[in-house]
Amino acid sequence: MSATEMKRRDFLKTGAALGGGLLISLYVPEWALAGSITEAPPGTPNIAPFKPNAFVRIGTDNLVTVIVNKSEMGQGVYTSLPMLVAEELEADWTKVRYEPAPVDAAYNHPVFGIQMTGGSTSTASEWDRLRQAGATARVMLIGAAAKNWKVDPASLLAENGFVINPATGTRASFGSLADSAAKMTPPKDVQLKDPKDFKIIGKPTRRLDTPDKVNGAAQFGLDVAIPGAIPGMMTVLIARAPVFGGKVLSFNADKAKAVPGVKDVVQIPSGVAVIANGFWPAKQGRDKLEITWDDGPNAGLSTTGMREQFAALAQKPGLIARKVGDPVKALTGAVKTITAEYEMPYLAHAAMEPLNCVVDLRSDRCEIWTGTQFQTGDRAAAAATAGLKPDQVEIHTTMLGGGFGRRANPANDFVIEAVQVAKAARVPVKVVWTREDDTRGGYYRPMWYDRFVGGIDEKGNPVVWTHTIVGQSIMAGTPFEAFGIKNGIDGASVEGAADLLYGIPNVQVDLHTPKIGVPVLWWRSVGHSHNGFAVEAFFDELAHAGGKDPYELRRALLASQPRMRAVLELAAQKGDWGKRLPPGRARGIATHFSFESYVAQVAEVSVDKQGAVRVHRMVCAVDCGRVVNPDSVKAQMEGGIVFGLTAALKGEITLDRGRVQQRNFHDYQMLRINESPQIEVYIVPSTEKPTGVGEPGVPPVAPAVANAIFAATGKRIRKLPILKVDLRG
Amino acid sequence: MINLKVNGKLLSVDVDPDTPLLWVLRETLALTGTKYGCGMALCGACTVHLNGEAIRSCVKRVADAAGKEITTIEGLSADLSHPLQKAWIEVDVPQCGYCQSGQIMSAAVLLSENPAPSDNDIDEAMTGNICRCGTYSRIRQAIHRAAEMKRSTT
Repeated sequence: MSATEMKRRDFLKTGAALGGGLLISLYVPEWALAGSITEAPPGTPNIAPFKPNAFVRIGTDNLVTVIVNKSEMGQGVYTSLPMLVAEELEADWTKVRYEPAPVDAAYNHPVFGIQMTGGSTSTASEWDRLRQAGATARVMLIGAAAKNWKVDPASLLAENGFVINPATGTRASFGSLADSAAKMTPPKDVQLKDPKDFKIIGKPTRRLDTPDKVNGAAQFGLDVAIPGAIPGMMTVLIARAPVFGGKVLSFNADKAKAVPGVKDVVQIPSGVAVIANGFWPAKQGRDKLEITWDDGPNAGLSTTGMREQFAALAQKPGLIARKVGDPVKALTGAVKTITAEYEMPYLAHAAMEPLNCVVDLRSDRCEIWTGTQFQTGDRAAAAATAGLKPDQVEIHTTMLGGGFGRRANPANDFVIEAVQVAKAARVPVKVVWTREDDTRGGYYRPMWYDRFVGGIDEKGNPVVWTHTIVGQSIMAGTPFEAFGIKNGIDGASVEGAADLLYGIPNVQVDLHTPKIGVPVLWWRSVGHSHNGFAVEAFFDELAHAGGKDPYELRRALLASQPRMRAVLELAAQKGDWGKRLPPGRARGIATHFSFESYVAQVAEVSVDKQGAVRVHRMVCAVDCGRVVNPDSVKAQMEGGIVFGLTAALKGEITLDRGRVQQRNFHDYQMLRINESPQIEVYIVPSTEKPTGVGEPGVPPVAPAVANAIFAATGKRIRKLPILKVDLRG
Repeated sequence: MINLKVNGKLLSVDVDPDTPLLWVLRETLALTGTKYGCGMALCGACTVHLNGEAIRSCVKRVADAAGKEITTIEGLSADLSHPLQKAWIEVDVPQCGYCQSGQIMSAAVLLSENPAPSDNDIDEAMTGNICRCGTYSRIRQAIHRAAEMKRSTT
C-alpha cells in the first residue's frame, strides 16, 4: 500500500511525565478506533494519564527523549525519527536521545494497523505525527514561558532548546519549563513549519546510535541478561526437524544430559530443546541428542524437481495481474519475437545476528527481549502460547543485528518457540539459533521462474510484453492474506512487474502460485527483489534485439514518468554512460520503482578468462521524495547495493530430499570487502512526500550487473546466482 | 581454573577448557561487545586481539588463550578515544552495528602494522569480516581517516 494513501488518526495527548517533565503522547482512543470520527467527543479529558504511549518526553534535565516506535535494524530510524521531532520542537540536537517504544496501539503503523517496521515506510508513516508531537511540545513550552513572564505567547520564540523573549533577551531552557508546560492546555491545532525553514530535516546528521556501536555497548537480543532473574537465565539450543514440517518420533537425551552444564532436555512442537548454563554446553548437549524424525510430507522436495514443475507451469498463462491492449494479436504483427526464461533461487536473510529470543515467563506475566520488527503479532502469539492476555506480555525491542524482513514473521516462529521452551523448562530462557539453524530455518525469499515473450516493431520498439511469473505466495495462510491477495493474486508476487512503468502498448503480466512446503517470507525489497531483475534484464534483451541503446530506449519509454526519467538521466550522466572504458570493462543500466521511490543504477564490470565477474563501480541515483537525513539515504543505497550484489553473484538456497543444503557462510556466501565496488549515490532533490529508502536500492543491482555482463561478454544472465553461470571466455 | 588477562585485568574462570574464548568473554565475563556470527571463523564478528594479533574467538579454546593478553572492543579505549572509534563515528560507518566490533578489532591490528594502508591493504586485512548491511565502502574510508589521525598525533 502506498504511503500517500495513509490516513492519519493521531490524537494528541499531553501530560506530566512520571518523575517530572513534559510528556507528549499521540494515542488512538477507543472512540476513534470505533469509526471515522476525527474529533474528540465533548467532555474527553485533555490530560492523558501516564500511559506508556508517549512519543516525546522532555525532562527537567533538558534532555529530549524521543520514544521510537520503529525497530532499529541499521536503517537509521533511531536518528531520522528524532530529527522530525527536534525540527518542530526547536530542540538542541545535542540534547536529543532515543528510546525504543514498548508495545502499545499508540505506536501502530497508520496503514498496517499493527506495531511493525517494514515496507520501507518508517519515515512516511511518522512524517506528520512526529512533527506534530514536536510542534505541540513547542507550543506548550512557549505557553508556559508566556504565563511565567506574563507576556503574549505570540511575542516569544523557541530556539535550540530555549524559549526566548526577543524583546527583553530573557531565556528559559525547555527543561526549566517542562513541569509547568505539562499543566498547560494543549493546542487544538499546531502549525507545522514551512519546509524552507527546516534546520535539521534535510541536513546530513550523524547517527545517535553510532557511539554505542563502536565500543560494544549496544545491546542486541543475543546480549541480553535478565536483570536479577531467579532462577538464573538458561541458554537453549533446539534440534529442529531436518525437513520442514517434520516431527519428533522419539528421542534419547541420556548422553545430552550427561554433558556438564546441561540442566534439562524438553520436547517442544518444533523439536527437542537442550537447556544449559551456557551456549557451549547447550551445543555439546544438542550434538549428543539421538532423535528419530518423521520427515513428513516434504521429504521428497528438491530444487531440481521444483524447477521442472515451475518451468512447466510457465509455459501457460496464469491468473492475469495486468492486461493492456491485446498482446496475442499484437504479437502476430511484430517483426521480431523474443522469448526468454529467468530463474531465481530461494534466498536466506542471513542477518549477522542469528535469530534469538529471551523469555521470562511467570504465572501471570511474561517478559520478552528480542530484536523484532513485528511487535503486535509477536506479543499476541506469545500471549496465546503462554495462556496469558496480550497486556500481560511485555516485549523489550533490542537493537536488531539486521532484519531484512526475517524478524517480521507473521508466523512469529522464533518468539512462539521460545515461549514454548520457557513453558516447558520453567526457567527464564535465551533461545539461541546457531548460524546453521538460521540458514536452514526457512522463511526464505521464494524461488521464482519467469517466462517472457516480447515483440518488436519495424522501428525496433517493443510493442508486446508478456510476463508469466511462477512462485510461492508470501501472504497465503498469514493474517495478511485478505489484505495482500486479491482475486488469487498475491500483490507481493507481481509488484515491480504488473506496475511496469515503460510505455509499451500491449502488456500482459500473469501469475502461477504453486503450493510448496518451504516456508517463505518477505526479504529486503520483497517481490521487487525478483521482478526487478527479470523485468530489467529482459528489457535489456528487447533493446538489443531492436538495435537500441538500452539507456536511450528506457528514456524514450519513460516519457510519461518524469521522476523515473530524471533518475535514469542522472545515473547515466554520473555513471558516464556511453563514455569509453578500459578494455575488458563494460556498463549495464537498470531502473526500478519500489516502495514509492525511483532508483536507477549503472554497473561497471569485467569478466576474466576464467569467467570470474568483478563489479568495479556502482552508480546510483534515487528520488525518494523529501529527504530527512541525506547521509542515511546514501547509507541505505550503499547497503542495498552490497545486499543486491550478494544475491546477484552468490546467493542460493537449494533443497535435496527435503533438506536445505547450505549451512554457514562457506556455502551461503556473502559479498566481502575485497569484492565490494566503488559506490556513488546521488539524490534527486524533491519536495514530494518522503518515500521508501531501506529497500529500493536492492532491485536494480542484479539487472544492472547482468546487463553489464552481456555488454562485456555477449552472454545473457538469465539465472541467478551469477557465480553458477559459466562465463569462461 | 583458567587464568586470563582481559583488557588488562587478571581473571580466573572455572569453565571447560575446550569452551571457545568467545563464550567465556560473552557469558562468563559479560563482555558482550564481541559477537557470535558463525562459530566457524567465517565472518569475523568475534574478532579480538590475542597478544596483539587479530583472532577469531569463536574457534579459539579458552585454555589456549590462558596467560596471554586478550583485548576486546571494550578494552580498545575507555572513552571512544581510539582513532578508529573516532573515525567510525565521523564517517558514520555502522548500520545495524552487529559486525562492527569485529571490524574495528581487525582494523586496529592492520593500523598497528601498517600506518598508511592502501585500499588493497585494507581489503586484504578486512576480507575475513562480513558486513551484511554492506558498510564496506565506509569501512575503507574510516580506516584511511583513522590512519590519518594516528599519523598526525604521532
